[in-house]
Amino acid sequence: MFILDTPPDTSTYMIAGYSIFFILIILYLISLFIRTRNLNEDLSILESMKEQSQTATNRPAAAKPAASTGLAVKRKATRPKARKSNQVKKNVIKKK
Amino acid sequence: MQAKSTALKILDIVSVLLLAVALYLALLYAPEELQMGQVQRVFYFHVATAWTALLGFVAAGVTGIVYLVTKDPKWDIVEVSAVEISLVFFFITIVLGSIWARPIWNTWWTWDPRLTTAAVTELIYIAYFMLREGIEDPDRRARFGAVYTIIGSFSAPITFFAIRLFRTIHPVVIGSGDPSALGTFDMTSKMLVAFMFALFTFSIIFIDLFWNRIRMGYLASKVEQLKLNNMQ
Repeated sequence: MFILDTPPDTSTYMIAGYSIFFILIILYLISLFIRTRNLNEDLSILESMKEQSQTATNRPAAAKPAASTGLAVKRKATRPKARKSNQVKKNVIKKK
Repeated sequence: MQAKSTALKILDIVSVLLLAVALYLALLYAPEELQMGQVQRVFYFHVATAWTALLGFVAAGVTGIVYLVTKDPKWDIVEVSAVEISLVFFFITIVLGSIWARPIWNTWWTWDPRLTTAAVTELIYIAYFMLREGIEDPDRRARFGAVYTIIGSFSAPITFFAIRLFRTIHPVVIGSGDPSALGTFDMTSKMLVAFMFALFTFSIIFIDLFWNRIRMGYLASKVEQLKLNNMQ
């Protein structure tokens, strides 16, 4: 480079450099903060889900509602069959 | 999650204060360089961020080796944290270098050995995160990540020594470099103080961010573990 009497005016580049530095650092800090906050929220949700499932499994079998036992499923499974047999009976009567 | 420890809170505050002092030294205390003008002040933060970033990449490679030996997941968290912060710091280095180069080299970018190796290093570590995102199994992800960082860490010393080994226009401020380099200057004692203080400050900021990021990593691994348990 040539030796100059007065330094060239490059202050715009200096301001741009430091501004971009601070913008990037602040963006990274914001990203760290948001990710940590989201992870804390996820953790609290997952821990409450875990507690709910644990209390459900610890409950005695007699106290469980019918829907959670096999009975309700059995009933549901038998209903369509009963309807079917009734319809077959009706058809037989009609044919007669 | 556990609240921040007092030591970490103190380190956060100290980092901010040190950054303020480093900024004062770089912008006001250090004299203006006669040939380049004010843009030379970018140098203090440019070199400091580069130094800490390259150290972080090497540290990530070392923790990769430790992970492969011990198989302890905590080393994977440390490794990812080191790479992430180094990636941010190195990106800042490249951007600051490009801004400095515009008035001094009359170009934003040139495929000089230093700039090229720096860009390659940055891309290597961006690809590291892409690789990790593509692997679901945590153990496999950690193993692949460890091997990747060990290989990737070789790019850090190559980038550092590029200006000392190859013919380049990038200046070497400390030590002797290529005489054809543009933007070389002799540091005055005040400049040296600002420079050394910036190096120290960014080392402290790196440690502070590293600590915070490791805490977040532990939290993320806990959440991931709970998700896996819920799925089973």
